[in-house]
Amino acid sequence: MEQVTTPSPEQKHSFVRKTNNIGERIIERCVKIIGGVAVVLIFLILLFVLREALPLLMGAFSQSQTAQSTAQSSLSDTLNLKPEVYNPDVILSEHQAPEEFAPEVYNPDVSVPTTIHAEKINNETEAEGDHITLANILGTVWQPVSTMPKFGIMPLIIGTAKTTFVAIFIGAPLGILAALYAAFFAPRRLREIIKPMVEILAGFPSVVIGFFCLLYVGSALQNLFGFDFRLNAFVGGIGLAIAVIPIVFTITEDALSAVPKSLLEASLAMGATQWESAYKVMLPAAFPGVFAAVLLGIGRAFGETMIALMATGNAAMVSASIGDPVRTFSATIGAEMGEVIWGSAHYSILFFLGVLLFIVSFTLNAVTELFIKERLAKKLQGG
Amino acid sequence: MSTKRLIGIFAVGAATVAVIAIAGLVFSTMGTFLVKGLPNITWQLLSEAPRNNNTEGGIFPAIYGTTLLVLVMSILGVPIGTITAIYLNEYTRAGAVMPRVIRFAVNTLAGVPSIVFGLFGLGFFVQFLGVGLDKTFGNTEAIWAKPALIWASATLAALTLPVVIVSVEEALKNVPQEMREGSLALGATRWQTIWKIVLPNSTTGILTGSILAIGRSAGEVAPILFTGVVYSLPQLPDGVSSQFMHLGYHLFVLSTQSPDVDKTLPLQYATTLVLLMLTFTLNFAATFIRSRIRSKQFR
Amino acid sequence: MSKKITETKIEAKDLCVYYGAKQALHRISIDLFEREVTAFIGPSGCGKSTFLRSINRMNDLVPTARVTGNLYIDGVDIYHSSVDVVELRKRVGMVFQKSTPFPKSIYDNVAFGPRLNGITDRTELDKIVEESLINAALFDEVKDRLDSSAMGLSGGQQQRLCIARAVAVNPSILLMDEPCSALDPISTAKVEELILELKKQYTIVIVTHNMQQAARVSEYTAFFYMGHLVEYDKTRKIFTNPSKKETEDYVTGRFG
Repeated sequence: MEQVTTPSPEQKHSFVRKTNNIGERIIERCVKIIGGVAVVLIFLILLFVLREALPLLMGAFSQSQTAQSTAQSSLSDTLNLKPEVYNPDVILSEHQAPEEFAPEVYNPDVSVPTTIHAEKINNETEAEGDHITLANILGTVWQPVSTMPKFGIMPLIIGTAKTTFVAIFIGAPLGILAALYAAFFAPRRLREIIKPMVEILAGFPSVVIGFFCLLYVGSALQNLFGFDFRLNAFVGGIGLAIAVIPIVFTITEDALSAVPKSLLEASLAMGATQWESAYKVMLPAAFPGVFAAVLLGIGRAFGETMIALMATGNAAMVSASIGDPVRTFSATIGAEMGEVIWGSAHYSILFFLGVLLFIVSFTLNAVTELFIKERLAKKLQGG
Repeated sequence: MSTKRLIGIFAVGAATVAVIAIAGLVFSTMGTFLVKGLPNITWQLLSEAPRNNNTEGGIFPAIYGTTLLVLVMSILGVPIGTITAIYLNEYTRAGAVMPRVIRFAVNTLAGVPSIVFGLFGLGFFVQFLGVGLDKTFGNTEAIWAKPALIWASATLAALTLPVVIVSVEEALKNVPQEMREGSLALGATRWQTIWKIVLPNSTTGILTGSILAIGRSAGEVAPILFTGVVYSLPQLPDGVSSQFMHLGYHLFVLSTQSPDVDKTLPLQYATTLVLLMLTFTLNFAATFIRSRIRSKQFR
Repeated sequence: MSKKITETKIEAKDLCVYYGAKQALHRISIDLFEREVTAFIGPSGCGKSTFLRSINRMNDLVPTARVTGNLYIDGVDIYHSSVDVVELRKRVGMVFQKSTPFPKSIYDNVAFGPRLNGITDRTELDKIVEESLINAALFDEVKDRLDSSAMGLSGGQQQRLCIARAVAVNPSILLMDEPCSALDPISTAKVEELILELKKQYTIVIVTHNMQQAARVSEYTAFFYMGHLVEYDKTRKIFTNPSKKETEDYVTGRFG
């Protein structure tokens, strides 16, 4: 042992000096800052989507103020009146769709040489763009590109509701039942096929699902049910269901596998059959998770753009039939944002739709995160 | 036969039917696109630019644009996602407020509709950062303040951040705590431990995260609609401020807005198949690597 | 090393450690001597490992851990705010129950610590690695495959590699947390032999479940029970003529 390791006095107490490692501290600071980027991102999304929507909101909610402004009072008075005059367009709206017929050809709003068109409008309605009234927004006609633009989001709400409803009505049961099958009824080898299969489905880009619906589902359903339109809320809903199934399946499966196996064994030991145990013991035990699965499925169907854009027919109609074409929130943004004048009223209202989408998805997520997941944890840990 | 047995048969039957329906869906779509797409995939299609108003020729610029888009996205998003995961897993403890807030934000981010990311990209990157950059550099002509590859990539990076974070975190959790303690006991600082011990053992996880993010974003069209994609380009993008073509958008336009949809149908099938192949290869690779990590033993 | 000095190396005064609301150590006061092997024995959960881990402040890693009282090394209170934990750990090496070689080459494992200290010169590193491996009685077995992965070594070799890794940073104290509990008897014998060799240079504190081991390797033994230090004396006395009833019960195998 030639190595001399007897520590010298200075060495002995070297740990007393705090090594002033600036590099390390800078790195740690950076990690901490970047670690919060997801939180910042959420705020930025809300902030900047809201920022672009703001001019519209200011206009819509401060009518009384603008009316008082002296310089423009007469002008804004008349303009403010207009929507009220034109609002009873309901008569038109129902049968105004012909203009937007043949949805396959795509919505005419976009194919029109919009630049000139929109610019003209912009000049004419510049003042009005700043003073879109609440009544206009809550109206039943969505006709953003015309000499007298109408931004009634009613048809969009109805359209989104219809497709989301169809998607969940079809997608949720399929996803939940398939998860139950995979967990309790499938032979082991089959189980190992089902999961990758659902993953394949999850991997489909939504534009491909949209394309599939556009090409096949539309015609098939038209032949089957005799719809007047090839592309409609039902076709779009089925397309969205394809996107929803993997989400519902995966989360339900997770929830089911989080239920202790002993529960199943106890149920079986008491003489319950496999299906009784699955439906009456395991499914209720995993209920908060299944509910979360459905909520997140709703979120996906609600916010999905490309499928809605390609398969719903894109006509902003107010109708109760699921066989009629519809136009959803996200599809409206997707179709029209590319062609609007930045900063115009139309532009702002599209961002306003984005704000609504954000709020709904945020709420759905918050409910699942804060309410349901904690309940699931409590329930399974016996808290 | 008792009622109970009938209900039982119905219950099991319904679940079986659901699986069969999903299987049918997967196989019919895959089958259709394989059968219709495969004959149309030629070397010419993969290597040439579109001709005659996109009704003939190939889709090379779209393949090129998609690839470039996801590559830039990875460069922007993966480091941030990895660092977030490091922060969550190495610098915070489970019950604390900050990690809970961040995890909530990450989950929320994962649920925000992709079109809203598109709006965000337009409002923040193009209209705010882009305009700011142009003002700073005194550009008279809009160089950054317009839809561009970099902004589309940044938007997708934000969209796929949760995917990266979740994957990397899983990999970090897989590194045994003893390994960290061994390093710290030798007098390594926390960051030295992370840099020299934890991260080298998580590279596969970071790789999986990147691949999953790419797989997820390669097919996303909504976020890039107004942040940089175009239907046709005179030349390939020559920088991050250029616009680009994209497979998914190409398919969208060909199938919905083309003057003669039927004429381009072969082109549509081929584009679909190329897009599907791209996403599936990536997803499969990620799944494969991940299963390797899970079975990998450190001891 | 002719002169036998029994200077105090580590001194604890009323040291208490809490994990959250639970108190894991109750007012431990003890003097550990330089270049001696001190063994900590006691049943599981008695606090012996907790005390060991408070000597190099590994307990700091437990978020809820709280320490009161004092712990001096060479007369310096290591829980004082002026102490740099990172530097402290370089002076106080630790070997864990589960051998934890990094998934790197044998060479890189041993060179890990010196590299942290900024040594990059290859010849210097070579020298340190060789000396450390010799000190850990591992060099002859691995000298031809320094560049192969440390994960390919046997359990006993891995543990000695961890010891080599610890001595490579030139500490004055070595803490060993049940270093042989996962090893077969032959590997255990080798490690014990090594401990006796190492005590010429290092102050060694070893936690063990194996009382024969404590008797074989240590000069002093401390018996912990329920977070209290029950008895601390020469090993021979603890095993032959303990002054406390609990100690006798434990070493004669009546409980624990």
